Amino acid sequence: MWKTVLRRVLIMIPQLIILSILVFFLAKMMPGDPFTGQINPNTDPKQLEALKRAAGLYDPAPVQYARWVGNIFKGDLGTSYIQHVPVTSLIADRALNTFWLSLLTTIISYSISIPLGVIAGKHQDEWQDQAVQIFNYVTFAIPAFVFYILGIWLFCFLLGWFPISGSVSPNASGFWGTLGSQLYHIIFPAILSAVITTTGIVQYLRTGIVDNKVEDYVRTAHSKGVPENVVFNKHILRNSLLPIASSFGTVITGLLSGSMIIETVFSYPGMGKLFLDSIQQRDYTTLTALILIFGFLTLLGNLLSDIIMSIVDPRIRIK
Amino acid sequence: MEKQSDLLLDIQHLHTAYRLNGKFYDAADDINLTLKRNEILSIVGESGCGKSTIASSIIGLYDHKNTKVTGDILYNELNLVGLNESLFDKIRGNKIGMIFQDPLASLNPLMRVGDQVAETLYYHTDMDEKERHARVIELFNQVGMPKPEETYAMYPFELSGGLRQRVVIAMAVACKPEIIIADEPTTALDVTIQAQILDLLEDIQKQSQSGIILITHDLGVVAETADEVAVMYGGQIVEKADVKTIFEHPLHPYTRSLLNSMPQSEDEEEDLHVIQGTVPSLQNMPRKGDRFAARIPWIPASAHEENPVMHEVEPGHWVRCTCWKTFHFQDEVSGE
Repeated sequence: MWKTVLRRVLIMIPQLIILSILVFFLAKMMPGDPFTGQINPNTDPKQLEALKRAAGLYDPAPVQYARWVGNIFKGDLGTSYIQHVPVTSLIADRALNTFWLSLLTTIISYSISIPLGVIAGKHQDEWQDQAVQIFNYVTFAIPAFVFYILGIWLFCFLLGWFPISGSVSPNASGFWGTLGSQLYHIIFPAILSAVITTTGIVQYLRTGIVDNKVEDYVRTAHSKGVPENVVFNKHILRNSLLPIASSFGTVITGLLSGSMIIETVFSYPGMGKLFLDSIQQRDYTTLTALILIFGFLTLLGNLLSDIIMSIVDPRIRIK
Repeated sequence: MEKQSDLLLDIQHLHTAYRLNGKFYDAADDINLTLKRNEILSIVGESGCGKSTIASSIIGLYDHKNTKVTGDILYNELNLVGLNESLFDKIRGNKIGMIFQDPLASLNPLMRVGDQVAETLYYHTDMDEKERHARVIELFNQVGMPKPEETYAMYPFELSGGLRQRVVIAMAVACKPEIIIADEPTTALDVTIQAQILDLLEDIQKQSQSGIILITHDLGVVAETADEVAVMYGGQIVEKADVKTIFEHPLHPYTRSLLNSMPQSEDEEEDLHVIQGTVPSLQNMPRKGDRFAARIPWIPASAHEENPVMHEVEPGHWVRCTCWKTFHFQDEVSGE
């Protein structure tokens, strides 16, 4: 077990190095430099040259790369061209917002999709299954932004149940007041993005149950006199949950990288919106920092998936 | 004289039909069989002849939506046909144990094998966890598991085919069932392991005084283990007798063809007999006349009964149809 984990962690090191090189050269190829945002008509080009030289922008690429990596280890991801604040502080606030929104989304998403998947798999080809399939088709086919805007129009605008944008009300005060306001702001986007992300889990679970139902070991369990509902819960369901357990790692990646669409539609200050804003404003330092972080999170998510798999499935464990 | 209690299972006029394209077709067609205590009854025949259908009908494990079972399967005056599921769950694993063909697929890949055996005990005994564990170890010893304690905590994929089948057998016999149904128990195993597993089954049968229904297509297995033999073709039993009679004095053309297709070590030069054609699919099975007639075309139609029935040609030896009287192999001279 521990050997599996250790091996997977070791594999991550070259992956991270390649990722960082890619991101670094991506940033080098982009127009602009750290001083672009500070240029105004009065700037002396010679003075700018001197500043650039002092900042090491004319050093050979490997030297610059080494310095950049060194800075990352010191927790310095550079300064935003546009906002003129360290990228780390920019990300820190958004990351927390995204974390809470994504966590709530994930919880709601699983609490919808697992029961639906179980119902569909258990009642394969019956009306319950068909109802779930219709739900699946609709949520899968409808574009997310259309779904969100319709949701906002119906529940925020017409019914006025939820706030249309933001992460907290400016009038909120005190610990509980702020927390309540935050929850009130994230609950609706969370529900919306949860509903639209159920398809995959429902389908995986349904297919898993349908396939496992006819497996020989299920027949064996029946031949032992194990009651029907126990056969389902203990034998069929557990085996069918494997692919979902393995997808959990990527879900965790999403917890921190957030969703660009939901955050933009709700003007929710999170990582996804920051990413989109940075693209629009050509804020390259922030952008490269975010790409690096998202890449790192993806690797971490895959690692977690593998670890989860090796916990739930004894066949994956390496001796 | 036989005591009444020696009769474990009495199958009468069993029909098991599967739904194909909306119509039901009999995969087991009017089966009459009995299983006695201390007896190994072997059901033998080609793939698709309905052997496994009988097994799944007895233990009540079939797709209830697409299967129709009629007739009687009497176990201690209890009719297993149409028995309510919760009652059946008290019999399955407890009074009737089942051993399947593929021991890897038959075990839950995510459960420790010991726990899978203990699960049977959980539902049929009032043992506590400790007692169940002890009983599983005892069973593992009984089925010849080399390291019972260590094996308990292993997963199916960590065991070899032979050991997995021992786990499956331990599972089937955990509650000392009166009836053990073994559906091709050695087909997926190496020849050397096959013999061990068969010996084990015989030992268990002797110890527990149970009756075993052994389903196989392997006549070698039949010769080695069976007491009584039922030969099946096309969903019907075509010949039924004790093992000695079947091997020394077979009558039905199908039985004779099967035995002739077995390799004989004495005459290595001789080619093996091949039965012409294949078993027709369920939908294409002729429902009238002798079902085997199409595969022995050189025998005139007049030799077959119009509606072949079982005849008791000598006490305990039953043969379907009368065509055996004039049957000869194609390369033999007619009327020999």
